[in-house]
Amino acid sequence: MAGSKRKTKFSVLEHELVPMHEIVPPDEALKILRELGLKPTELPMIKVTDPVAMELGAKPGDLIRIIRKSPTAGVAIYYRYVVPVITKK
Amino acid sequence: MSGKKNKKEGKKKSKVRPKKVKEKKPKGSVKEAPPTVEEIIEEVATPGRIASEIVNKVIPDMPKLVKEGVEQALTKMMIEEGYTREELEEKVREAEHLLQRLIKEVELIHGEIPEAIYEELLRKLSAEVVKTGVTEEEIAEIVDIAVKTYQESLVHPGEPVGTVAAQSIGEPGTQMTLRTFHYAGVREMSVVLGLPRLIELVDARKNPETPLMILELEEEYKYDLEKARKTARAIEYTTLGDVVSRVQITKEGIIIHFDPDILEDKGLSVEDIIAVLKKSRASSSRVEPLEGDEYAIKVKVRTQDLTRIYKMRDRLMRIKLKGIRGIKKAIIREEIEEETGRKKYVIVTEGTNLKEVIKVPGVDPRKVYTNSVYEVETVLGIEAARETLRREILNTLREQGLDVDVRHIMLLVDAMTKTGVVRQIGRHGIVGEKPSVLARATFEVTVKNLVNAAATGETDYLRGVSENVIVGQIVRVGTAIVRLQMKPTELGRKVSSGGGK
Repeated sequence: MAGSKRKTKFSVLEHELVPMHEIVPPDEALKILRELGLKPTELPMIKVTDPVAMELGAKPGDLIRIIRKSPTAGVAIYYRYVVPVITKK
Repeated sequence: MSGKKNKKEGKKKSKVRPKKVKEKKPKGSVKEAPPTVEEIIEEVATPGRIASEIVNKVIPDMPKLVKEGVEQALTKMMIEEGYTREELEEKVREAEHLLQRLIKEVELIHGEIPEAIYEELLRKLSAEVVKTGVTEEEIAEIVDIAVKTYQESLVHPGEPVGTVAAQSIGEPGTQMTLRTFHYAGVREMSVVLGLPRLIELVDARKNPETPLMILELEEEYKYDLEKARKTARAIEYTTLGDVVSRVQITKEGIIIHFDPDILEDKGLSVEDIIAVLKKSRASSSRVEPLEGDEYAIKVKVRTQDLTRIYKMRDRLMRIKLKGIRGIKKAIIREEIEEETGRKKYVIVTEGTNLKEVIKVPGVDPRKVYTNSVYEVETVLGIEAARETLRREILNTLREQGLDVDVRHIMLLVDAMTKTGVVRQIGRHGIVGEKPSVLARATFEVTVKNLVNAAATGETDYLRGVSENVIVGQIVRVGTAIVRLQMKPTELGRKVSSGGGK
C-alpha cells in the first residue's frame, strides 16, 4: 500500500511548511549583496542537496530568496546562499 | 464474521454521529429545554451575517481588509449597543468618504511598515471610523503616530538580541516541569512535554522520544469515518505477532491462532494473512489454513530441533502484514474544521515516517505534520525544518503556560538553521563552531578547548561577548559598538595636502 503512486507527483514546494523559494538572477543577486553590505559567505546557507534546492535546480553559488510568512512582520524576505555539501564528521 | 462486524460498526457509529445536546433534549423535557448548540451558533452568527450583507451592499468595492474591519465593528455594535440594520447602513454610508481617505492615508506609508502592521492598521482603523466617527485630521494623526511608534520600537543597532533571547527563554524554562511523561492531547498516547522536550529540540536530536505525526486527509476522505479508518489501517505498521492470540508448537508444525477482534480492527482477514505469508521467505509455501478452526493457520516445519522451531516462530511473528515502517499506531481523531465548521477526521500516529506517509493515498501531502525535525529537514528542506522547530518550541513553551515572544524563538531557530543544516545549541553545534577559543572554553569542557587551542596555535581576536568579559574589556554591545573608523593613509594625505575636506 505504501508504495502505491499518486497520479501527479507531489512537489515539496507545495507543502504547507515550505515557504516560497526562488532563485535570484545573478545580476540582481549582486545588487542585493551590495545593498546588504555582505559577502555571499556571510549569508545563511542552504545545501545543494536540500530537497527544495534540488526541486528548483539550484547550483552552488546561487542565491535563493525565501518569502516567509512571519507572525510578526506578515511577510519576511530571507536569503540563503547555495553551498555544496561539506562532509563533516 | 460479517454479522459480527456490522454489529460492532453500528455501535461505534451511533456513538459518534448524533450531536450530544440534541440527543439529551427529549429526555429532560420536564423543564424548558436548553437551547441547542445550533441555536446558539445561529444567534451569534446572525449579526455577523447582517454586517457582511450591509458591507457588501454599501461598500462593495473597498479592499478586503477595510470590509473585514467594518464588518467586525458593525457586528460589535449590533450585539453590544443594539443598533438596527437601517441605522448601521446609514452609519456606513456616512463613513464612506472617510474610509476612502483612510485607505489613501495608509497606502502612503505602506512601504515604511511591515505587511502585518499595515493590515492591522487598515483593519482596526476602518472599524474605528465606523464606530466612533473620527475626523480626517485625526486619521492622519493616528497613522503618523502608528508609523512613529513602529519605528521607535525597532531593535536598535548594537542591541544584544541573542543575550536577551537567551534570558527570555531561559528564565521561563526554569519553571517547566521536569517530569518526562505526561498524558495529554491524544488519548492512548504519551507525549514528551516540558523541559525534556525543549532540551530535545534545542539539542537537535535525530529521533524524538515520542515521535508523532498529524495527518490531514484529502477532501473525499476527511468527512468519511469509514474511509479515514481505512487510510489509518493502511498506515499502521502491523506484524503477524500483533494479531496473534496464541501460538502452539505441535508435531505437525507451528499452529497460529488469531484474535478475531484484532483482525477486524486492523481490517485483515485470514486469507490476506496467508497470502502475505506465502510470499514471505520465512514461511514460503508451508503455510496452510487449519482445518476445523477458521481463525488459525498452520505452518509446517521440517526439523524436530526445538530451538530452531522457536527461532522460526520468532521470525514469523516479525513478518510485516501491512503498513509503514515506524508507525506504531494510527488513531483517528475528530476535529472541527475551522473554515467550514464541519466535523472532520484527522489521523494521529505514534511513530513517524514522513517520506512514506506522504505517498499514502488519502493523506493530504501538503499538510502532513511530524514532530521529528530531522525528518522534516531531510524530506522538506531546511526552511520547513526551521518552521517545524519554531512551532515545536513555541508549543512546548505555551503548553506549559509560558508566554515567550516569538521573536526570541525565531532568532533561536534562525541561528540553529543558519548553515543549511539543523545544528544543536551546544558544544557540538553553534557554540562549538564559535571562532573564539575563550568563548568555547566558557561554555563546556574548558580545559580541552584551551589545550587544543594552545597545541594548534589558535588566535583569539576578542570580537565576541564572552571573550571580552573574560579579558575584562568593554563588551562590544550597545553603545560600545560604535567605533572610530579611520584610514591612517587617507588621513596622512589630507594633513599633508593642507587639511580641510
